[in-house]
Amino acid sequence: MTAMPNLVPAYPEMLLAIAGMALLMIGVFRKQDSTGLLTWLSVFAMAGAAALIVNGPQGPVKTFSDMFVVNAFTSFAKLLTLSGAAISLLLINSWVRKEQIARSELPIIVLFATLGMLMMISANDFISLYVGLELQSLALYVLAAYHRNNLRSTEAGVKYFVLGALASGLLLYGSSLIYGFGGTTSFDGLAAAMASAPEHHVGVIIGIVFVISGMAFKVSAVPFHMWTPDVYEGAPTPITAFFSVAPKVAALSLFLQVLAGPFAPLIGQWQQVLVFVSVMSMGWGAVAAVAQTNIKRLMAYSSIGHVGYALIGLAVGTSDGARGMLFYMLIYVFMNLGTFAVILSMRVKGRAVEDIKDLSGIGKTNKGMALALSILMFSTAGIPPLAGFWGKYFIFQAAIEAGMVSLAVFGLLASVIAAFYYWRLVKIMYFDASGDAFDAPDTATGLIMTACSALMVVLFIVSAPFIDAADVAAKALSFG
Amino acid sequence: MNALVAFLDDLPILSVITFLPIVGSLIILSIRGEETVVAQQSRQVALLVTGTTFLLSLVIWFGFDPSTAAFQFEEKVEWLPQYKIAYRMGVDGISMPFVLLSTFLMPICVLASWHAIDKMVREYMIAFLVLETMMVGMFCALDMVLFYVFFEGVLIPMFLIIGIWGGGRRVYSAFKFFLYTLTGSVLLLVAMLAMYIQAGTTDIPTLMATKFATDMQMWLWLGMFASFAVKVPMWPVHTWLPDAHVDAPTAGSVILAGVLLKMGGYGFLRLSMPLLPDASVYFTPMVYVLSIIAVIYTSLVALVQEDMKKLIAYSSVAHMGFVTIGIFTATKQGVEGAIFQMLSHGVVSGALFLCVGVVYDRLHTREISRYGGLVNNMPKYAFAFMIFMLASVGLPGTSGFVGEFLVLAGAFQVNTWVSLLAATGVVLGAAYMLYLYRRVVYGELTKDDVKAMLDLDTREIAIFAPIILAVMWMGVYPLPVLDVMSVSVDNLLEHYNAAAAAHKAASVPALADYVVALLK
Repeated sequence: MTAMPNLVPAYPEMLLAIAGMALLMIGVFRKQDSTGLLTWLSVFAMAGAAALIVNGPQGPVKTFSDMFVVNAFTSFAKLLTLSGAAISLLLINSWVRKEQIARSELPIIVLFATLGMLMMISANDFISLYVGLELQSLALYVLAAYHRNNLRSTEAGVKYFVLGALASGLLLYGSSLIYGFGGTTSFDGLAAAMASAPEHHVGVIIGIVFVISGMAFKVSAVPFHMWTPDVYEGAPTPITAFFSVAPKVAALSLFLQVLAGPFAPLIGQWQQVLVFVSVMSMGWGAVAAVAQTNIKRLMAYSSIGHVGYALIGLAVGTSDGARGMLFYMLIYVFMNLGTFAVILSMRVKGRAVEDIKDLSGIGKTNKGMALALSILMFSTAGIPPLAGFWGKYFIFQAAIEAGMVSLAVFGLLASVIAAFYYWRLVKIMYFDASGDAFDAPDTATGLIMTACSALMVVLFIVSAPFIDAADVAAKALSFG
Repeated sequence: MNALVAFLDDLPILSVITFLPIVGSLIILSIRGEETVVAQQSRQVALLVTGTTFLLSLVIWFGFDPSTAAFQFEEKVEWLPQYKIAYRMGVDGISMPFVLLSTFLMPICVLASWHAIDKMVREYMIAFLVLETMMVGMFCALDMVLFYVFFEGVLIPMFLIIGIWGGGRRVYSAFKFFLYTLTGSVLLLVAMLAMYIQAGTTDIPTLMATKFATDMQMWLWLGMFASFAVKVPMWPVHTWLPDAHVDAPTAGSVILAGVLLKMGGYGFLRLSMPLLPDASVYFTPMVYVLSIIAVIYTSLVALVQEDMKKLIAYSSVAHMGFVTIGIFTATKQGVEGAIFQMLSHGVVSGALFLCVGVVYDRLHTREISRYGGLVNNMPKYAFAFMIFMLASVGLPGTSGFVGEFLVLAGAFQVNTWVSLLAATGVVLGAAYMLYLYRRVVYGELTKDDVKAMLDLDTREIAIFAPIILAVMWMGVYPLPVLDVMSVSVDNLLEHYNAAAAAHKAASVPALADYVVALLK
């Protein structure tokens, strides 16, 4: 008889799973619309999961036949994912009620997507990785097509599904190659195999490239970014906000977990791929965004660029790089949520608008909103004295430390181009003549907007504890 | 009285004058009421705060000990201790005068904007107060990262000031300003990160004692140069300046010419020279060449300008050419002259922009040919303008003379050709300034709208009077200012020349060899 696996490390995931199923029952059996109630219950479930992570085991613990791992790194990434998901849920709730498309399944799908993310962050085996990834992806496909009477939304859902399935296929194919040539799907087993064999079979390398391609799709890095602008534009706006934070954090963590885990000894093989992907993402994210007129498409290219910066941290292949990457993601999550809170508040007489030119002149008509978005945009551009500066600082410091000066210079020059279009939003808000004034934002959205923009100033001044946390998390990876 | 002195002694004075304007901007943010009331109260609060800041900064002037080159009024708080980044502030004889220059110009800017700015007054004053924090902080920072934060933080308020309250092609100019400066700044950031990794600290005094490998210095120096040369601005990256000046509101031009340009020169003195002496020696000929081109070429360009502000903007580039020559002569006269020239130019060019602002407020044009004969109906204005015009030319008895003379004397010791070519700039400077003055102030008073222009009012006299006093004082009795910087400059040059001598002894490949190595 096999012994019962140690369940303690997986408590947060189990809580989310049970909560998800229980909430589904409430949604089905309660007669009236329960989106609001379920949203709050889901947020509580996520908060509970976060509390379990904080109070749970911190040291490296493995369970379920070593397929599931908990360490400082996974805790950091999970907390970040959970905060991103919980804040997005509040944004989603306000928005769907205003648009009158609220359905009680919505928060539950988000909950299950988040569960999938937590599982893939903790994956220590290609099988558990794939299960978590697919749970997340399937939930996200549904979310993209959530507004089912809207042509663009359904189109976004189908596009995301078809391309996402292709990427999952690539990833699965890559892992089967790695299994075939490496002999195991377990990360621990692979780590031992990679470290012992001086010469790696080319099959393993090809497998890694396939896995990288699949993951690059999930994080929307160039050249696998093609779905991003369409999905970002088509999906309902708060869903886009969710897409831009939680799955990004989870997928980037997965990237770290896989490449800095079992394949750390093969850095010579995958480093050049990562440098290429990172440079292309930074460059294309900056250049292509300049011509955008829709603010959601602009945010799509902006997120492509940000992924490029974050991937520098991985490409340098050091613990400092991973630290920079984790810290960058932390700032990115709140920066992006704040920006989307502003975008969600772009309503003229109750009708949502999403053209960049709709922002014109709101510096005079909606002063608070304009100020919040300006702070967020300056921060996104990495201008001190705002938190975005530290994000870039630690990433580029790691790059220069690892001797990749040209990568750093390229990234910084790309960030100047990117700064141009972030500052263009400020220009439109303050320099241009006023258009229609926006309606006042609702309480939740307004609060999130204010808190996130204030956080950009606070995080700039009090960044030490957060960098420390990122440092501890990064040290849990196998980079030296 | 003694209690007051004791209180001021205990104050972390540098932090107070740096962050008092931010406090002021928060106060302005909290003003409630009708739009006109908000506007008026914002002006008053801004004037009060900038005035108080200036008075407090006098504490530094009087409490400063000119007999030591050490950093004074030091403050140090750990910020990111694990990365050796600290909030460290302090001033020496080189930075202290710039702090005063910034705090001196600020109340004048607020006064100058009193009537000229009538839309979004609250936001305007907040932008100026934030700008003051950034400027003063940059001159006080003794940590490289802190320096960078303030250095780059200037961009945000200045961008908004040009873009929102400017005229003409304000959007184009605002973006040009920001893109040029940011591109330079990110390269400075790369250099700083590389130095941090090499030395393990961002503390500037510690870095001054760190010796960087000569070939590494070259790259670091170029990274810094990209940033400071844009800020100064040096030919050929000066083209953002005429646009930014022409389209900025008057007070924006004053700060731009008065303080922001000095950040570049200060950067050379605070970082490039003491930290990277070998590279500074190595690149000195290049700096000379670029500066001489700037002096002669932009003076000629200034001669043919039709727009008053553009003319003064080009003259700024020429005057800053003197500054860069003076700094890199690495002689006592040259460096002191450069610092003095920066201070003088900060006051004088600021005043010249204010002079343009005065007539612009009345006639709403900056075209030189639209004016003429102002001496007849605006004698007070003609007087003030004349003083600043002559100071800009460098007439003995005004502040402009001291700086230019010292720079030329310093340059003469090092290289007579540099001195000779730079001196032509003085002649050309007299030509374009006198030509400007003749066209605007002298001549027949024929145009009806010009005839209707009123002379300076009390507010404008209050603006010009302190500047005239400063210009004359610095011109007639420059000793106190030179005394303040003397020991610090000696200290800088002692280290610099010792390193330079060692550098000359060692064989260093020529610039061409670096290019060849790069191409490989």
